[in-house]
Amino acid sequence: MEDWWTTATIEPSIENHEISGIVRITMSPSRHHNNLPTMHTSTMPLSKSSYNMLSAFCTEDNVPQCISYINQEMYSLGFSSACIEASSPEVSGGLNTVPALNGIYELLQMQRRSQRSLQEQETESLKSSSALEHLQITNSRLKDQLELSKRETSGLHEAERQLQLKIKTLQNCLKTEKDEVQKLQSIIASRASQYSHDAKRKERESTKLKERLNQLLMEKRDKKLVIDVLNYLGRADGKRRQWKTGKLEARHEGEMYKSLLSDYEGRHRALMLENVELKKVLQQMKREMVSILSPSPRKPSSSFRGDHVEDSLELSTRSPLRDNTAGSDRDKEVGDCSRDTLDQSCDHAREQSCEHAREQLTNSIRQQWRRLKSHMERLDSQASLVQQSQQRAGKELVPRQIHEEEMERMRLEVQQCKDFIQTQQQLLQQQLNSPCYDDETAALLNDCYTLEEKERLKEEWRLFDEQRRNFERERENFTEAAICLGHEKKAFEEDRASWLKNQFLNMTPFVDRKRHSASETQHALSTSSEPEMRIPSTPARLTKSRTYAAFSTPKAVVGMPSTADLYRTLRLIPDSSSSSRGSSKRGSWQESNTIHSREDSRVRSRDRYGGGDCCSIFSLGSEENSLT
Amino acid sequence: MNFSEVFKQSNQLCRVSPDGKYLATCVQYRLVVRDVNTLQILHLYTCLDQIVHMEWSSDSLFILCAMYKRGLVQVWSLEQPDWYCKIDEGSIGLVSSRWSPDGRHILNTTEFHLRVTVWSLCTKAVSYIKYPKACQKGIDFSRDGCYMALAERRDCRDYVSVFVCDDWHLLRHFETETQDLAGVEWSPNGCVLAVWDSCLEYKVLLYSLDGRLLSTFSAYEWSLGIKSLAWSPSSQFLAIGSYDEKVRILNHITWKKVTEFDHPATINNTKAVVYKEVERKPVVGSADLSIQQHITMGSTLFNTQSKYEICPLPVQVPVVKPDLDRANPKVGVSSMAFSSDNRYLATKNDSMACVVWVWDMQRLGLLAVLEQTSAVRCFQWDPRRPRLALCTGNAKLYLWSPAGCVSVQVPAEGGIQVQSLNWHCSGDSLILLGKEQLCLCYLEIGEEEDEVK
Repeated sequence: MEDWWTTATIEPSIENHEISGIVRITMSPSRHHNNLPTMHTSTMPLSKSSYNMLSAFCTEDNVPQCISYINQEMYSLGFSSACIEASSPEVSGGLNTVPALNGIYELLQMQRRSQRSLQEQETESLKSSSALEHLQITNSRLKDQLELSKRETSGLHEAERQLQLKIKTLQNCLKTEKDEVQKLQSIIASRASQYSHDAKRKERESTKLKERLNQLLMEKRDKKLVIDVLNYLGRADGKRRQWKTGKLEARHEGEMYKSLLSDYEGRHRALMLENVELKKVLQQMKREMVSILSPSPRKPSSSFRGDHVEDSLELSTRSPLRDNTAGSDRDKEVGDCSRDTLDQSCDHAREQSCEHAREQLTNSIRQQWRRLKSHMERLDSQASLVQQSQQRAGKELVPRQIHEEEMERMRLEVQQCKDFIQTQQQLLQQQLNSPCYDDETAALLNDCYTLEEKERLKEEWRLFDEQRRNFERERENFTEAAICLGHEKKAFEEDRASWLKNQFLNMTPFVDRKRHSASETQHALSTSSEPEMRIPSTPARLTKSRTYAAFSTPKAVVGMPSTADLYRTLRLIPDSSSSSRGSSKRGSWQESNTIHSREDSRVRSRDRYGGGDCCSIFSLGSEENSLT
Repeated sequence: MNFSEVFKQSNQLCRVSPDGKYLATCVQYRLVVRDVNTLQILHLYTCLDQIVHMEWSSDSLFILCAMYKRGLVQVWSLEQPDWYCKIDEGSIGLVSSRWSPDGRHILNTTEFHLRVTVWSLCTKAVSYIKYPKACQKGIDFSRDGCYMALAERRDCRDYVSVFVCDDWHLLRHFETETQDLAGVEWSPNGCVLAVWDSCLEYKVLLYSLDGRLLSTFSAYEWSLGIKSLAWSPSSQFLAIGSYDEKVRILNHITWKKVTEFDHPATINNTKAVVYKEVERKPVVGSADLSIQQHITMGSTLFNTQSKYEICPLPVQVPVVKPDLDRANPKVGVSSMAFSSDNRYLATKNDSMACVVWVWDMQRLGLLAVLEQTSAVRCFQWDPRRPRLALCTGNAKLYLWSPAGCVSVQVPAEGGIQVQSLNWHCSGDSLILLGKEQLCLCYLEIGEEEDEVK
């Protein structure tokens, strides 16, 4: 049942609109008619009241006076004085109609003109006043702004002045500070010199005093200054004290130098040891470096010995220019060469730690180091490339930028493909839902996700669109015709009613009812036939539901109760057109229909088995649906 | 760890003989010599006045006792208790007295640094060295006892005289490029003499034994300079502690700065371990177990206990802001000591009086920080092993070793406030000096590791 309701709710939403439009069109004249009397009624009292007002001015008695007065007025207004005059003196209050009317007309015209001009003036004045107001407002605002900016500028000026003042004071301060600093510095310097001078003076004094004290002490021959020893001790080393001679002095010197020398020797030895250790480490490092850099085993380098210096020289000149990404064979060659030099320099260092050897050693180490560095860099870059390639699933190594561009491109492509697929899916669904493609389409759909297919589908979609537009146009024509026919039908119905009344009066009620029922079956042809079709066929459920839709659609499209009759009368229900229209329409609602179809069918079947009058209910429902 | 009974002493005069056999202590005007192992009194000498200074001769045969007020020096012999020697400096006065390295001469510095009198015990001869400079460390003997460096001041200029101690022959005499020389110190191998200027100028001069200037080092100018200086036992490093709270290490080859040890208030060096001494009062009632622990540890019951805790970094070290306007402000590295194996350097910054810093000289980085509850009075390295003993003027002894840190209550009757400490030359025992008492602490090998946290 639900699909019925859904269709019923979806379809009318489109159709009702149209219907309402039609209704509005049809209704508008009637409304006009209806409005007219009200207008009349509203104007009538107005005229009456005006008449009453006029009567206050002009009565049966004072018509001539009025006329004369009006004449005067008219004259003053610039109309000819003879425009209004009594038609006949006998008939009091009678007017010469034509001039009077003319006068009135003129007056009215004038009145209207003046009214219009007044209105215009008023609007003009309004406009001008509003403009004036606006201008005043803007003026005041601008004044405010001016005031504000003036104030601002004055404030800024003030601030600037203050800042200037500040700068001046600060500059003065700085100057004074500088002076102060200089003064202080000079004071410090003078103090320092004074202090040092004083200190020196004091020191001299103190030394003088000390000297004097010393002298005094020496002169006095302090008795107390004494050593009181029981017996003299032997020297700690057991030797006797030696006489102070030049020889002794020389011995002291010699001993001193000996101790110094021994110290230096010790230090030298320690340094040598350290050096040897470092050399060992260096050698080991070199060996390891070489083994890392050139993994291929090398033959003994005895034959190369003679060329080592040249090699190393060549290397030293070449190595800075060496390209990091050079071929592996060249690298190898270089590595071999440097290895030779290394070996040699090591030998040299071992044999005769001379200047030359050291230079060579450091040179070779430097080269090796450079090589190692470049190698490491290469490895680094390789590692990063490997990572990239891993990301790209073993593709060729490409620069990063290109890679990214490629990525972007591919992303775009993917997006496009997705769009394609989506549209294809949509189209295919539509096609699948349309009855014109049945098994073929289904078969096609299974493997038609191709571009050509899509293009073709698009083309078809376009065609369908065109067709739909045609149908829409047709439908519009229909509705117009329906409007026309509606009137005719009304007349016809009235005729029929009168005719039926006559028949009813003449014939038996049985005959009449029979006829009526026949007309009704004809009227609800589509729905009444459905239950019959449904009852035997459970496997053909899907097609049935489709047929329901097919049936329901045109009804829903028409929407009005009269259209069925109209179609019937016009013979305008061609099978092909309805189906094609359905196909064009169905895209919007068929999905829900198909989704619910199974459940609905189950419900339906239950209803079917549960109660015998479900069919009638259903038909009723369909009737209602068609009516809405 | 065992402790001896408490003995009396005065003026913190207590020295172990260089051969490690005897312990000499002064009690007022008496000199007591004991056997280190048995602590029995071997000799008792009576001086003429209260002893102010006492020193063993290098051969451990004689003891010098100086009474500066009286200008008197008395020498006692262990071998011949009847032997005596009395040196009277007379009216000129005495400020300092010391043995020469050979143990047969006594060098007395007179009042006003008028002269240095060299008394020979062998010949009764007396010789004078004039113009000694009154400074932080004016005299230094080389480690082997061959040479003496003496700072002199003549005509407002600094000089250094190098004497051969054997016969007091003046070997070298040279002027130094200092404004106001503050001290001289021989390298342990006796080949390099470090001379440094007073605190007004950061300047270290390094002279060879023959008087050649090897190098000059100055870290900065216009600020208070060097406060302390220490040679590593291998003569490989020269550590210079200065008023900028830094220690600079010079190497012995180029005499350039190897590294610089800062003493920051906030320690966030992840390689350093910060040991913080935490005091806890024994709570009666709830802490029976802990009290029992204390008993087992051999501590007295009613003293505050303390232990070390390892603080998570960063650690804020208590800093006392010094009064910079006064002379000798309490800031800067005042004491430094290398361990006997050259591996560690212990330093103390005066503005962080409670903290001792231990630096690893192999890594040239901070190794440990010991934050005490009170100001560190004294720290000294074990002469044999890499362990540091320190005291903070309370009844506890603190020991640090690379394995850890321990605080030990000194179980002395009446309580000994450890003001200073001295290692026995074997490194097996420690002499703890209180104000009036002394106490020996015997460390057993391996025990230290047991008590390490």
